[in-house]
Amino acid sequence: MTQPTHKDYAGAKLGMWLFLFSEMLLFGGLFLLYGVYLARYPQEFTTASRHMHLFFGTLNTAILITSSMLVAMALTAIQRNQRRLTLWLLGGTIFCAAVFMFNKYLEWSDEFGRGIYPNSPKLAAGPPGESVFYGLYYLTVGLHGLHVLVGGTVLTVVAVRVWRGDVHAGDYIWLENGALYWHLVDLFWIFIFPLYYLVL
Amino acid sequence: MSSDSHAPHIVGYGKLIAVWLGLLFFTGLTVWVSRQQTGIGHVWGSLAISVVKSGLVITFYMHMRHEGWLLRSLLFVALLTLAIFIGFTFFDVLYR
Amino acid sequence: MTSAAQFSPATSSFWNDTGKSGITSWVFSTDHKRIGLLYLYSVLTFFLIAVSLGALLRIELMAPGRTIMGPQTYNAVFTVHGVLMIFLFIIPGFPGAFGNLIMPIQIGARDVAFPRLNLFSWWLYIAGAAIIVTSLFTGGGPPDTGWTFYVPFSERTGTNVSLAVFGVFIVGFSSILTGVNFVTTIHRLRAEGMRWGRLPLFVWSVYATAWVQILATPILGITLVLILAERVLGTGLFDPTKGGDPLMYQHLFWIYSHPAVYIMILPGMGVISDIIPVFARKPIFGYKMIAFSSLAIAGAGSLVWGHHMFTSGMSDNAVLIFSFLTFVVAIPSAIKVFNWVSTLYRGSISLEAPMLFALSFILLFSIGGLAGLILGAAATDIHVHDTQFVVGHFHYVIFGGAGFAFFGAMHYWLPKFYGRRYHERTAVIAWALLFVGFNITYFSMMVLGMEGMPRRYYDYLPEFAPLNLVSTIGSWIMISGLILMMVNLFRGLFRGEAIGQNPWGGATLEWSVPTPPPTENFIEEPVVTHGPYDFKGAGIP
Repeated sequence: MTQPTHKDYAGAKLGMWLFLFSEMLLFGGLFLLYGVYLARYPQEFTTASRHMHLFFGTLNTAILITSSMLVAMALTAIQRNQRRLTLWLLGGTIFCAAVFMFNKYLEWSDEFGRGIYPNSPKLAAGPPGESVFYGLYYLTVGLHGLHVLVGGTVLTVVAVRVWRGDVHAGDYIWLENGALYWHLVDLFWIFIFPLYYLVL
Repeated sequence: MSSDSHAPHIVGYGKLIAVWLGLLFFTGLTVWVSRQQTGIGHVWGSLAISVVKSGLVITFYMHMRHEGWLLRSLLFVALLTLAIFIGFTFFDVLYR
Repeated sequence: MTSAAQFSPATSSFWNDTGKSGITSWVFSTDHKRIGLLYLYSVLTFFLIAVSLGALLRIELMAPGRTIMGPQTYNAVFTVHGVLMIFLFIIPGFPGAFGNLIMPIQIGARDVAFPRLNLFSWWLYIAGAAIIVTSLFTGGGPPDTGWTFYVPFSERTGTNVSLAVFGVFIVGFSSILTGVNFVTTIHRLRAEGMRWGRLPLFVWSVYATAWVQILATPILGITLVLILAERVLGTGLFDPTKGGDPLMYQHLFWIYSHPAVYIMILPGMGVISDIIPVFARKPIFGYKMIAFSSLAIAGAGSLVWGHHMFTSGMSDNAVLIFSFLTFVVAIPSAIKVFNWVSTLYRGSISLEAPMLFALSFILLFSIGGLAGLILGAAATDIHVHDTQFVVGHFHYVIFGGAGFAFFGAMHYWLPKFYGRRYHERTAVIAWALLFVGFNITYFSMMVLGMEGMPRRYYDYLPEFAPLNLVSTIGSWIMISGLILMMVNLFRGLFRGEAIGQNPWGGATLEWSVPTPPPTENFIEEPVVTHGPYDFKGAGIP
């Protein structure tokens, strides 16, 4: 069986973008719910948002933006055939992902400690709008966190492939598609951040 | 069929850093805006800033600037679909 | 697949030319034809199980009161019938089986754009199906919510909804990946000369379907995740006592599930558009409008989900807007029907089995579609909402439409892949039984609905008894036709008369390759010089 030897570079990228569209619609469902419930409970959303950790939110935003830049630089580096630099930049991206998740862990631990988690007695006793806000918050951020983990894993695989030389200046579609996925994770956070942390 | 040209578009480190600074600036701006007493209006303000930020990421980091009409129009279709799904739901929610 | 492994065609083809054999050469194959057949056999298995469940439902409803099962079993059986038919048969069926078998050959490609992803899609489908089947026998018993999983019942019922929902989520992921694969394939792998204006109409319909799969399925995904979150975490997003809104579940569910109806029917329409010109010996009438209307249906079909919620307590404004938009979808559907009929006009029609299925598709789909307008008009919907009329309507569209198209496609295309064909006269008899039985079964249901018999009820008033009996007898005729059709078809594929390269005289590319096709489809790279229905250009009389 003679498989086609030439790689369809544009095709692989088109496929990745189509998958990203699908991901956008996946989060879109949660944003839809957010919009509807914000319209219904503007006051409760504002109150609930005040109790969020603005510090963690802002810090994580900066971390994700930085990681997005690093992975974009990794692409430039591989195109310029700077393999060591590529590996460092990918490592930096993965490190950012890890720090992001660690911050998330600290933030959620604290919130759980204050009795704010889905179906908690405290939320059940409070106004319904706040319960909805936190329900959406945990689902959206949880799903996003899952995407950070997946993205981090994908980029680790890409880094291994760069290190082994499978991904190089002549063929870097793995890195490019991995980077596209990571940018999407960043994009979601760009919307999550103001919607949950800044409805003051 | 569009040509399978393999001419890479290399975006320089300088430009990537400039975009990064821009993104950080807008992050600061969005936090600042939320501190102003503009009522619910700042949700729209924050969203507008988020749109600008994601525009920067898509255009430069995701190389949409160098893509052909196909990917651009497909992205538009996807975003339009999402907007319709959200928008049409409000036909119900706003008038109930 | 054991029967397939024993079968050996005389010539060198994708059945034997890789030199590999055995089960692993199938379940780990990246050849789109083998994956297509894997899908075909998997979806047919679930189809036959679901048909049996449907037959049991009809027997239960044959007479008022308990006939063969209790109410809880009845609830479970109609739920599982729906879940299997929708999520495991008709949604994956068309793209998975015929999209895979036919589309790459029709565009002149050796395979799909991502062959390994294609195999992965099938495995995801099987994994999801296994989870769904497991959910029937574990936990609190099979789900009893109906295939729509409406809250609040789906949040509270003790049956195994969580596992079933998770299985459907996995199957949905498989559907998304198939969509991604097909859009990329159609954009990137068309042969030289295969311009967009020369794509067979089946490819156009698969393309439109793939877009619906990419853009609508994730909404189903998130909706199912939300049900799981409701059940496991108690987030309360759809629970009014916690500030949630149950109607939002219906919005999200139908944002996917209405476009999903077009995942089911669009490829069927494509099949019909390919069969009719071949058996009328005339180029298709209005090629551009049929191609365009596929995209228009996919687009407009995404705007109308609210028409499932007219009586749910949605705002009156939304009822009016969604009702209006529903009528808009009728336009591209009607464009197709008119063009098919115009193609038949003064054609040299031969009434062979594929054509009979195609012609009955037009009739049954039109009846179902017009019944849909009764449901889409806000005023009349209030009368027939949640009655047997709805059951009749969607069986006319999905079974009479998509199902008959699927059978038509099996008669039209499967001989190409086996090199042998079914017995023609038996196929016509089977079709006639199916057609007659179908109409008796479901037309009775529409009448019952008009008279006020609700759907999904275990028992009914005595005045509905005669028509229910008629409907059940119709289902027996239909099932006997179905059994005859399947036996004749598959017996023919393995033992029937051998066929040549182009038994029907089609002008699309799949008829220009050997029967059965070799693994890489084309012996040399095809160059397309004529349109898909240009019989003169293809040199076919």
